[in-house]
Amino acid sequence: MSDEMRDQIIEFIRDEYVEDEDMEITETTLLISSGLVDSFSMVSLKMFLEEEYEIKMADEEATTEAFDTVASIVKLVESIQARG
Amino acid sequence: MATTNAFREQLTTTLRQVEEAGLSKDERFICSEQGVKIKVEFPRGAPQSEVLNFCANNYLGLSSHPEVIKAAHRGLDERGYGMSSVRFICGTQDVHNEVEKKMAEFLGTEDSILFASCFDANAAVFEVLFDKEDVLISDRLIHASLIDGIRLCSAQTDSYKNANMDHLERKLKMWKDRARHMCIVTDGVFSMDGILAPLDRICDLADQYGALVLVDDSHASGFIGKTGRGTHEHFGVMGRVDIITTTLGKGLGGASGGLIAGSRAVAEMMRNRGRPYLFSNAVPPPIIYGATKVLELLSATTELRDKLEWNAKYFREKMEAAAFNLVPGETPIVPVMLGDAKLANDFARAMLKEGIYVIGFSHPVVPMGKARIRVQLSAAHEKEHIDQAVDAFIKVGKALGAI
Repeated sequence: MSDEMRDQIIEFIRDEYVEDEDMEITETTLLISSGLVDSFSMVSLKMFLEEEYEIKMADEEATTEAFDTVASIVKLVESIQARG
Repeated sequence: MATTNAFREQLTTTLRQVEEAGLSKDERFICSEQGVKIKVEFPRGAPQSEVLNFCANNYLGLSSHPEVIKAAHRGLDERGYGMSSVRFICGTQDVHNEVEKKMAEFLGTEDSILFASCFDANAAVFEVLFDKEDVLISDRLIHASLIDGIRLCSAQTDSYKNANMDHLERKLKMWKDRARHMCIVTDGVFSMDGILAPLDRICDLADQYGALVLVDDSHASGFIGKTGRGTHEHFGVMGRVDIITTTLGKGLGGASGGLIAGSRAVAEMMRNRGRPYLFSNAVPPPIIYGATKVLELLSATTELRDKLEWNAKYFREKMEAAAFNLVPGETPIVPVMLGDAKLANDFARAMLKEGIYVIGFSHPVVPMGKARIRVQLSAAHEKEHIDQAVDAFIKVGKALGAI
């Protein structure tokens, strides 16, 4: 897993969703199922990933399961990058 | 009976998990009319005790107001108990139409349309007006009924941090060229924190980026604003909010019924396509007569909302002087922050023993670690009731080490 990508995504999530500055977010923190990331604004996360990593993500790929941890997000982005 | 053992076991397991998590909803029986002094049976089977109610949405004290009760009786006598029909078949009486016109006038909109509840109104409003070409940008603390309404709609969604206008503007910029219509969705007063959505700034941003504004003013209609019209009056933006949803079940009488207020076209769209409207019975005549009387009372004088405002201010001042941590605000919803969920529940139980009925709220209703007791003032409270409540808060707060 790319540490740089992981850190960038954590930073985006912190800025976009987290109000408590002391809250720790790691690559395994549950994002959607814990309610930390509001499912109504998953599209913001999708747009960020598409712009930042110059990829095109199908709506079917941007599922709540795939977006539920930073680790699974990185895995999804890397798999899209790999298929070119 | 077709209920299988597996299904029964599943329900039992889930209920046990709810109980173990301390999230069981334990209803207290009230054995009197709704009001400031109520008779409560709690725990079940215990002798009834008379307590002061500080947790009802009875903001203006109209739930058992003699004039409203009299009007509802007249409705019952003149137009019967129920309509036995949805509105478009044979459920619309002249009085339904009249109260819709009066509600629109009260809220400063062109028209309004009644629903069985505001939950139904919120379930209807998005699906009828928006589709996948549009985006609904909602505050992250909106009421559950708005959330469910948005889920029923095919529109795209986004959200912004609670009352955070910089964040909202970022979203509007992002969506401006990506959606046909943008609609900002917010509560007027957020029910758990008692804070107001900054509608003046929301309306300015809506104008700047060409967005619509929808406000659920259920915890504001009748008492927020100088003449009680709601949050839009408070912020001087009457006529600039596109759609208002609200309830007759709180400040406006406390029975049931909700409505959507806005342009005539919005009301007509609901009349023709709003599923909860088309497939629910008409609001019964006693409630229509009661609501008409409520509007008459509130249009004649601001006495009740003025008293409520005074009560809330007085309670806040006394509680702050006693070193309680309150969410700052100016509404009759006053959250007393305790942090710990168990402390909040223990506190509420101890308050009941002191003759004050309040409820503790904890996760998932409010964020983790932000458990609280939500106090709701009413125009029916007298100064001595508030003094009694504050004394009890101080006694219990000291006993439990909260102050």
